[in-house]
Amino acid sequence: MDIIKKGSAPDKTQLAHWAQKYALEHGADNTSIVISRNRSINVDFRDGQIDKLKESTQNSLWIEIFAGGRYSTHSTNDLRQESLKKFISDAITMTKFLGEDPYQALPDPALYKGRPTMDLELYDANYTKVTPEDRVARARELHDLIQGRDERLISISSGFSDSHYENTHLKSNGFEGNYESSSFSCGASVSLRGENDKKPEGWRYYGARHLNDLPAPQQIADEAFQRALDSMGQQKVKSGKMPLLLENSAAGGLFWRVLYPFTANAIQQKQSFLEGMQGKRIGSEHLTLIDDPVIVRGLGSRYYDGDGIAAKKLVLLEDGILKNYYVDVYYGRKLELKPTTGGASNVTFKTGRRSGAEMEADLDRGILVTGFIGGNANSTTGDFSLGVSGWLIENGQRVQPVSEMNISGNFVELFGSLVETGNDPYTYSSLRSPSLLFDGVSFAGA
Amino acid sequence: MRIMSRRDFVKVTGTGLALTTIPGFMQKTLAGMAGGSQPHELYFQRFGVDPETIRKVMAEALAHGGDYCDIFFQNTLSNSIRVEDNIVNSASTEVELGVGIRVLKGDQTGYSFTEDLSLNSMKAAARTAANIASGSKRVPPTELKAIDLTNHYQTNLSYEDVGVQNVVSMLKSVNDAIFQQDSRVVKAGLRYSDSENYILIANSLGEFATDYQPMIRLISFCTAEQNGSRESNYFDYAARDDFNFLTPERLERMPREVVARTLKLFEAQPSPAGELPVVLKAGGAGILLHEAIGHGMEADFNRIGTSIYSEKLNKKVAADFVNIVDNGTNPHIRGTINVDDEGIPSQETFLVEDGILRTYLHDRISAKHYGLEPTGNGRRQSFKHNPMPRMRNTYMLNGPHTFDEIVSNVKYGIIADQFTNGQVNIGPGDFTFYVKSGALIENGKVTAPIKDVNIIGNGPKVLEEVTMVANDLELSEGGWTCGKNGQMVPVSQGMPSCLVSSITVGGRG
Repeated sequence: MDIIKKGSAPDKTQLAHWAQKYALEHGADNTSIVISRNRSINVDFRDGQIDKLKESTQNSLWIEIFAGGRYSTHSTNDLRQESLKKFISDAITMTKFLGEDPYQALPDPALYKGRPTMDLELYDANYTKVTPEDRVARARELHDLIQGRDERLISISSGFSDSHYENTHLKSNGFEGNYESSSFSCGASVSLRGENDKKPEGWRYYGARHLNDLPAPQQIADEAFQRALDSMGQQKVKSGKMPLLLENSAAGGLFWRVLYPFTANAIQQKQSFLEGMQGKRIGSEHLTLIDDPVIVRGLGSRYYDGDGIAAKKLVLLEDGILKNYYVDVYYGRKLELKPTTGGASNVTFKTGRRSGAEMEADLDRGILVTGFIGGNANSTTGDFSLGVSGWLIENGQRVQPVSEMNISGNFVELFGSLVETGNDPYTYSSLRSPSLLFDGVSFAGA
Repeated sequence: MRIMSRRDFVKVTGTGLALTTIPGFMQKTLAGMAGGSQPHELYFQRFGVDPETIRKVMAEALAHGGDYCDIFFQNTLSNSIRVEDNIVNSASTEVELGVGIRVLKGDQTGYSFTEDLSLNSMKAAARTAANIASGSKRVPPTELKAIDLTNHYQTNLSYEDVGVQNVVSMLKSVNDAIFQQDSRVVKAGLRYSDSENYILIANSLGEFATDYQPMIRLISFCTAEQNGSRESNYFDYAARDDFNFLTPERLERMPREVVARTLKLFEAQPSPAGELPVVLKAGGAGILLHEAIGHGMEADFNRIGTSIYSEKLNKKVAADFVNIVDNGTNPHIRGTINVDDEGIPSQETFLVEDGILRTYLHDRISAKHYGLEPTGNGRRQSFKHNPMPRMRNTYMLNGPHTFDEIVSNVKYGIIADQFTNGQVNIGPGDFTFYVKSGALIENGKVTAPIKDVNIIGNGPKVLEEVTMVANDLELSEGGWTCGKNGQMVPVSQGMPSCLVSSITVGGRG
């Protein structure tokens, strides 16, 4: 069987079936195979010329082997059939030296049923129409829209990239999935000459599944430049408890840290502060979090997860009450919990009435956080300590750009102090948070 | 467990198990793979190329008048084994093979890579990279000369020859020892990984270099319960060394260390907040240097003027006793490289000498821009990525003080001893590092433990605030990984104990 013709991409479905058959004939009891191909092109433009052109195509085969109650995973980018034969045989041989794990097995096929039938529009047919000249022109346009705006400009970098991803997933107990997706991203970063050798910087990058969903170049250029201006003269202000207004596009920097504690993995390994909290309050009534995998063109949208579980909405938090965890098949078995889905797709929030700008205008004194820098969180206890930058707000006005400050606390306390959510969810991320207003957050600065 | 003779060992255990696999044409090169002193021919065979093939690919790469090109072949074989809930519940292997082709025109870069090492496929990739230039063709070199390298990570045993069951039994004994430390331990986990990275790099200057870059890593996790509360922590080792790096001493230390680090957190009080003196304990504290100065000294930022250090070369930035180096030659340390990913031999580079800012970290592009020799800092994540100036092992040299002097000098502040991660904004110079555990210092004495606190400061300001440096330099044996523009590279860092007189500590007040 000659699956890979010289000079052409392998037929992924055929190759997956061949690899499955080969593994099952050579000692595997079951397999799960993912074959993917990703083509991507990036153009970086800087200070009037192309800085970097990069073009690449990568392939990979990932196989999970279940043999004699043992489990292992293997990946390779060498998809030639002869190489794969040895690769798979070696993988099976190695698996047999491992310990038995009664919880490692393929999912119950019932979980595969009920896959969404709607078109999630993960692939943009315009993808093939983008030419090398278009890419350069798009990157150059962002650069040119910023150039000359300010005599303090040191450097402007801009970029455009796109990629095309194809994926085939096959499990030996009856699961088969195929999808392709596209993604486009563009943005700019700006450096200015500040005081004391400081080079305040600002950047704005956007990503979308469809080319036409990217914001207009003028908007991106304005925002990147404004963010650089905003960081001119940043200072820390005095430590204390203050309201925190979290900009919608920055909220991901906080919320992705809470996703692991929501998983059965963290709970089973006793590394989650959310263990035993199902049905209990962990946030104010303003906090509702829903995992929604079926948003058309959503960056985290999917038809099924890595276990093959058919995608559906999952309520994580409703009016501050913890409703569900992310339960994958393996840790679900260990905890005797019914699987929901292994991890986050798109996380959506219940939105409020006002925009971030309206909330800001109404703030007597507090800090608008527009970015995080460093820090970490303890998933076992829920404690966090994170670097922040943004603005000190007084009487609704931005009075002082702020940096070199930290916020610290515990997630349960923080979520309990959420007093308002905005009406402005950020759709250029799979964490689609609106602007959020928290009361009484500990800021450390001067 | 010390493994003496690798070939005999394979016979005894009857494995000969290829944990990893490689394409057929390479198989004959397998024998005698360990050690890093393989003849160059084995690398050419591994990638199925000869100098003439490389010349043909270079001819395509230079077809449009590029100033320079390099061709980076890479084959990486990685394994990992995981213990959870007292059993080996998962293992994995990974094979990566490919070639990256880069063409430079001035300071512009064209880059492409392919996973298919046929001549046609490499020529196609070269043509893509060549498009950064638009002139008349240049002629590739007629011959390739080997660059002499010193091996800073000689090994005697390939990971393949250790045998899976020996790794598994080592893991089981470490796992058992974690539980035996203390009855409060409720969960333990281990991740073992090893990786062999083979590279062959050739350039249009007519040079080539080969290297075998091993990496072994062992991470332990622990969760304990006490009076209804719970804490987790970790402890890890990483080195460019063979399996025998995991000596009985290191394997005995690991369970003690991970459990002690976890239990200590139960005693921790909330950290104070605001500007305080901070004592950094020798070792991983070098994360401060990595963020406060290391990134800002990478010459790609400086050649375009966007670093806070862009105007500070040869200026006084710290006290006379402050010396900071980035060194790629420390034996077996995680950030060590014999050669960088542009074919420049590794070296020790002084960032700060006697308090004066000395040398940026260069790749070929920035070195040419400044008219200097490269410093061996041109590194990349893999053949899928273009090189950039990156750190190796970054540390401060010993100073005139002692640890006890430093602590006794602090009236009220904190001492930080375990670090997890950090970040920096190059332009404004603001940086952070996260302290997993430490303690209060009151009236010159270490008192109550503290935990989970982020520290934030400004690079040049903090360098000025380094007012005492002890004589107890330690290089970290932990598995540090540095991310920049989406590329990850292994690094390490080190520090003698030192005092930062004032920096913002992110406690809850």
